[in-house]
Amino acid sequence: MASRILMSKLSPTMEEGRVLQWLKQEGDAVEMGDAVVEIETDKANMEVEAMGSGVLRVILVPEGDTVPTGTMLGVVGEADEDIAAVLAEAETEATASDNGSSASAEAAAPAAPAAESPPAPPTATVADAASGSPAPLSSAPPTGDGDGDGDRVKASPLARRMASEEGIELARVSGSGPGGRIVKRDIEAALRGGGAAAATVLEVGPEVPYERVELSQVRKAIARNLVKSLGPIPHFFLTSEIDMARVLELRKELNESLKGSGIKIGVNDILIKVAAQALLAHPHVNVSFAGDHIRMYKRVDVGIAVAIPDGLITPVLRAADSKGLQRIAEDTRDLIARAREKKLLPDEYYGATFTITNLGPYGIDEFTAVINPPAATILAVGATREKPVALGGSVEIRPRMRVTLGCDHRAVDGATGAEFVATFKDMLENPLRLVL
Amino acid sequence: MAVIAYREALNQALREEMRRDPDIFLMGEEIAEYDGAYKVTKGLLEEFGEMRVRDAPIAEMGFAGLGVGAAMAGLRPVIEFMTWNFALLAIDEIVNTAAKLRYMSGGQLKLPITFRGPNAGAIQLAASHSQSFESWYAYVPGLKVVAPSTPRDAKGLLKSAIRDDNPVVFLENEVIYGLKGEVPDDEDFTIPLGQSEVKRSGDDVTVVAHARSVHWAMEAAEILAEKHDISVEVVDPRTIRPLDIDTILDSVRKTNRCVIVEEGHPFCGIGAQVVDDIQREAFDYLDAPVIRVTGPDAPTPYARNLEQLSLPQAEFIVQAVQHVSYLE
Repeated sequence: MASRILMSKLSPTMEEGRVLQWLKQEGDAVEMGDAVVEIETDKANMEVEAMGSGVLRVILVPEGDTVPTGTMLGVVGEADEDIAAVLAEAETEATASDNGSSASAEAAAPAAPAAESPPAPPTATVADAASGSPAPLSSAPPTGDGDGDGDRVKASPLARRMASEEGIELARVSGSGPGGRIVKRDIEAALRGGGAAAATVLEVGPEVPYERVELSQVRKAIARNLVKSLGPIPHFFLTSEIDMARVLELRKELNESLKGSGIKIGVNDILIKVAAQALLAHPHVNVSFAGDHIRMYKRVDVGIAVAIPDGLITPVLRAADSKGLQRIAEDTRDLIARAREKKLLPDEYYGATFTITNLGPYGIDEFTAVINPPAATILAVGATREKPVALGGSVEIRPRMRVTLGCDHRAVDGATGAEFVATFKDMLENPLRLVL
Repeated sequence: MAVIAYREALNQALREEMRRDPDIFLMGEEIAEYDGAYKVTKGLLEEFGEMRVRDAPIAEMGFAGLGVGAAMAGLRPVIEFMTWNFALLAIDEIVNTAAKLRYMSGGQLKLPITFRGPNAGAIQLAASHSQSFESWYAYVPGLKVVAPSTPRDAKGLLKSAIRDDNPVVFLENEVIYGLKGEVPDDEDFTIPLGQSEVKRSGDDVTVVAHARSVHWAMEAAEILAEKHDISVEVVDPRTIRPLDIDTILDSVRKTNRCVIVEEGHPFCGIGAQVVDDIQREAFDYLDAPVIRVTGPDAPTPYARNLEQLSLPQAEFIVQAVQHVSYLE
């Protein structure tokens, strides 16, 4: 039976992808599991495997084209198999989505004549039955009025009902059915991906254990009201200035002791370590807002914002709370290096419970950062600068760093966030606490 | 419980009912001396005599009309058509007389008559002798339409059909006359008209099938379970009219997907009616359009290979189930 090669949704945020390179050409033999085409997602380059064996019968989307997820890229089938019905589906998709790449429509176009109902000689009626169900299928038109249908979200009635009951925004769910139709399994996947509401609630790293905290009435009201004021995630920000003198000394000493090992600990690594420790002390900050409950994670997965030439990616250092500084330094180097080469796998840049973004190297003193869901908090770190500071009645020149914690007010309140920031500051100013 | 063939189950039903009620008589072509073209009436002439088991001339409208008159006069006739293809000659009596008289007499007349015989195709009987008529009769208010798929259902439903005070069109199937299955010996065993039966329970896809199609559906369900890990629920309406849609709807609400199978033509078929009910009553439960697997929209071919391809067989049902599951 013919199998489709689809622009799969390879990350939770992926809505379209670009065909980079066909690894097989039309007519090439293909085994199930063979990499057939390389695609570029919003974050990384990935290979798509064949779901069936046979030969690559047709390539529908040429290299370089960008198409929505769910689009049929090609068909694998037996060499002599009739794939007209499958191609008709691609045709339907292409015409049904206005915003689909014109190239995919063109590529599918040659299939159209073959897909049209054949005339009805005696055997054709039999073919009709022979194809069993496909007879009505191939003629099934896209729903809606045809033209102007491109923006309409296609979803099965069941999927619509489930989405409505769970408070999921259909427009944010990617459909895996024909023509991108959202079906039951897509809603289930969205639900697994962090539950309701927000559709902004996405999954954290694989199998991070968490405690489910039911929402109090007050918390529900806060969540409901604040979303109305500032986007889907109501942000607020807490800024604090931290004396970095002792941390810088500590770093220097550590690096001297590591001399010759090839490992160098950066300020960022210490910030990650301190943040993870502080989060352990303040579990109500290491959370996600999940619609009808809050997930209080029992592990700290720290996202590290990394600038890359065409944007930003946030590799995730898993279980930062259980790693030592040296390990954090090693793992972080590796993640950042691969992030810059676009070699990260989706589960390496997705689903942090907390994020750190540092614009200090760019000379920024202080800034606010946008929360990176599903985390409910993000720490924006500014440059460390020497400043005159009043200390015990005299003025001293001290290295000072300003940090701003962005919080999702649905899950974290001002005092809760402030307590975390206070601990974070205290640990940095008294870094020996790290050994406690 | 004895294991007997579908035709023997029908024979048992006739025999038991005739013993129970002296008003019942049988009439049809070659049903008496020859034991019936398909031996459904075997031995009944011997037991009940020629007053109650009567051979009719080859004149369907005549003996069907005679049956209608006898029913009006208080008897309980069972009229056999050698096949339902031949009943076309008698359809005026069935549709215009039997189906109308209770209504047009303001309920003063009862019409306790059963018309029975093989429906649908057999093997190379060609276009005019291979037709499925359930949607013709199910269309008509005033008729009940029954299409059993197993020996057990055949016996239980024929007894209920005979006991019913309305005209019943009882559609058998030549190809499964020899099919064997467990049938209760109990003379009081009946199956009420208008009750669907879940022939196989499953969670993923509902397949609605009646008569011979049930067996293709069961075969498909087996293949899907073994090779594709899809759990199919097979619902057999058994009675086409009145249709027990609730059992079908319950199943669809559970599985969210439905495939409807029938041997007849697709246009205005039974499946079209079932789809109508499902889309209205279970709209919010559907995860995929309901798909129908039917015979062709063409006269049945005579050539063996083409005739075979025209049947809604397991392979096509497997494809349809995969399609509504978004797995292909």
